[in-house]
Amino acid sequence: MRLYLKFFTMHLKSQMQYKTSFFLTAVSQFLVSFTALLGVWFMFLRFNEVNGFTFPQVLLCHAVVLLSFSLAECFGRGFDVFPQLIGNGMFDRVLVRPRSAVFQVLASQVEFSRIGRLLQALVVFIYAIPASGILWTWDRVVTLCLMIICGSFVFFFLFLVYAAISFFTIEGLEFMNILTDGGREFGRYPFAVYGKAVLGFLTYVIPLALFQYYPLLYLLGLETSRLYMLMPLLSLLFGIPAIAFWRFGLHRYRSTGS
Amino acid sequence: MIRLENINKSFRVARRQSGFGQAVKALVSRKTDTIHALQDVSFSIDRGEMVGYIGPNGAGKSTTIKVMCGILTPDSGICEIAGRVPWQSRIDHVREIGVVFGQRSQLWWDVPVCDSFDLIRDIYQVDERQYRKTLDELVALLELADILMTPTRSLSLGQRMRCEIAASLLHQPKILFLDEPTIGLDAVSKIAVRQFIRNLNTEHGTTVILTTHDMQDIEALTERILLIGKGRILLDGSLQELKKRASVRKKLTIEYIGKAPDISSGMQLIEQREGRIIIELNPDICSVSDAIARLAAESEIQDLSVSDISAEDMVAELYRSYQI
Amino acid sequence: MQKYLAIFQIRFVNSLQYRTAALAGIATQFAWGFMEILAFQAFYRVDPSSFPMTLSQTVSYIWMQQAFLALFMNWFFEPEIFNAVLSGSIAYELARPIDLYSRWFCQAAANRLAKAVLRCMPILLVAFLLPEPFRMSLPASLPQFLLFLIAVFLGLGVIVSFSMLVYVTTFYTLSPIGTRLIAAVLADFLAGAIIPLPFFPQPFRTIAEWLPFASMQNMPLRIYSGHIAGHDALTGILLQIVWLTILILAGRRLMSRALRHVVVQGG
Repeated sequence: MRLYLKFFTMHLKSQMQYKTSFFLTAVSQFLVSFTALLGVWFMFLRFNEVNGFTFPQVLLCHAVVLLSFSLAECFGRGFDVFPQLIGNGMFDRVLVRPRSAVFQVLASQVEFSRIGRLLQALVVFIYAIPASGILWTWDRVVTLCLMIICGSFVFFFLFLVYAAISFFTIEGLEFMNILTDGGREFGRYPFAVYGKAVLGFLTYVIPLALFQYYPLLYLLGLETSRLYMLMPLLSLLFGIPAIAFWRFGLHRYRSTGS
Repeated sequence: MIRLENINKSFRVARRQSGFGQAVKALVSRKTDTIHALQDVSFSIDRGEMVGYIGPNGAGKSTTIKVMCGILTPDSGICEIAGRVPWQSRIDHVREIGVVFGQRSQLWWDVPVCDSFDLIRDIYQVDERQYRKTLDELVALLELADILMTPTRSLSLGQRMRCEIAASLLHQPKILFLDEPTIGLDAVSKIAVRQFIRNLNTEHGTTVILTTHDMQDIEALTERILLIGKGRILLDGSLQELKKRASVRKKLTIEYIGKAPDISSGMQLIEQREGRIIIELNPDICSVSDAIARLAAESEIQDLSVSDISAEDMVAELYRSYQI
Repeated sequence: MQKYLAIFQIRFVNSLQYRTAALAGIATQFAWGFMEILAFQAFYRVDPSSFPMTLSQTVSYIWMQQAFLALFMNWFFEPEIFNAVLSGSIAYELARPIDLYSRWFCQAAANRLAKAVLRCMPILLVAFLLPEPFRMSLPASLPQFLLFLIAVFLGLGVIVSFSMLVYVTTFYTLSPIGTRLIAAVLADFLAGAIIPLPFFPQPFRTIAEWLPFASMQNMPLRIYSGHIAGHDALTGILLQIVWLTILILAGRRLMSRALRHVVVQGG
């Protein structure tokens, strides 16, 4: 952890050398999710609800997903740009150092410009938390925190899978975007909106709904079982196959060197 | 210290065809070729040795280095370095080795060099007192004092390479792998780098394995060379011996007026220009004095010089004779 | 013309090589389109009467958008041109016996077209075969389809000339990547990439429809789906031509100024 902080300050030092670039990238990051938000707003000006959810309630979803994604991207950026790390041979350097590969890749990048998205998520929270009509008891506050924390982990695991795939091929990687970027973009509505099949997929295969849809029902008082409150914790199980797959990929890299 | 026995490694690569029709065809099926990167590679290196590892591009040099660094697992064979199998106990193994990739940097681009060093200290968990001592020594020997506070991006190539080497030695490795450490450097920097590596070897007894295309590096540094071609070790011997064998042969440079001299047996034409000819002699067939006498009889010689064959020529000749 | 054809062919062959990438791209766009349609359907169920397009028009719009993603996305930039502008090596390009603006324009258009041609077929094929309500409908009539084709090419021209403008602008800005991203994000939104322009509330809709961005994907996709037809379609195409002319003229002007700038500074 101390070493990670070291890396962290080094990244901060490096990126602060290019302040204009940092600022404009942060602004553009903000705009990307802002236009998405604008899209949602425009839709709600026309329709008052979707699947029984009101605008502030949908915004709560939007903010949870956006915040978790930004956190995962900010800290897990090393895995997002991992294909380059392999491409330019810098991953070999990682392997000749006496630390775990996951740690080094994690520490190899910190993307501070994601603060643009982070800020927006916070602003949306500030609006949506009172406007959603939820009575904020302590268990609901805990639920919301769980949603965000576990969400960040799930997105992080998705980046890990993405990186692991690049041990095998860098060509087919685009498909992962539907899960990472797609998860972020489509996560702006509660996943039940997309119908039973999609919800099932996002419950049992890629557990995005476990930290978004089900706990939202608990927040809104539509479900009272504590199970729904603790659903986000279940989503962490996704880490097991994700890490196993990474190890498998690493093993293969070390036997083919490509 | 280092022992490799019958290391084999092969890769499969996709074949890419050119042309429009082929590109369309490749959408459906793609052929793969198997490349034998290493075949029965065996050698051993003792503590404190300096070994030059040479061979043309694609011969298997970097694959061998990757195996020895624990990056790559071979298909079969034994590799033992300081009592460990590199790819089985990677983390313990890499603590003992230092690696310089001449073409890739391990320094942070935008922060002062000393910050990169500090970070490396933490990665390797080097004891603070020992780190200070090592750093002071490296700074003195590689003359880094003035550039320690400079960000990497503003260093010259020579300065950067000196920093790279220092960065690879901060944890006092017992074995140092140098992959083309002098590539792209100017003459002064090259000499400084070589001087330093020689010192390191004699003072600390560091085992050094050097791959390079620069024969002057080899001549200046290594006692022993390993020649690899098409994935096989072709030659393992001392540089001196090899040189002796080759330097029996002499190179004759002749400047003449008028008709060019004829080449007779025991002589081999290397280069011919107007008024100037370079010949290589095989002294078993034709001695130097014989050759001069014969050549002088045919044409009017203006100037003449006899020299040993250079390491560069020698290696080129080696490559040629092994057809690699 | 020969030269331009050659450029196109090289790009096309190049993109053919990346088979897996193309397949992955197709699958991604397909899944993406599905999710979009599902979301719109959810809104449709709430209140069909508030829907500004018919559901089948919306479905066609989305499939066409996914199929021709490479043609109409603003964030899709040419790294080669971008780097040439950044590093100032455009000065060397002056030495070549070909008009620089036309060459880059052609290269960018060819790249987009090559990518799109390869990817659109499978997506469209499947989209035509899907069960209702996901199925994509055929264009209403042949003239409508021809208008659509014209609008596609004009739309491609508008988007390329807009990105050319962005490239050249980066020449003057401090952070090219930031500027580029911001331009792309705003342009995409106003072109109807996030939600189609008819879903915009008034007065945003009217304003957006007059901006050059509406001449990008908005026009061809809506002509195809039949949301804009007949007289409106012709007016729309006329508007595309106007914007294309303006953007090209502005781009050329800015570029020649940028080049002079380079020459004066000595590269």
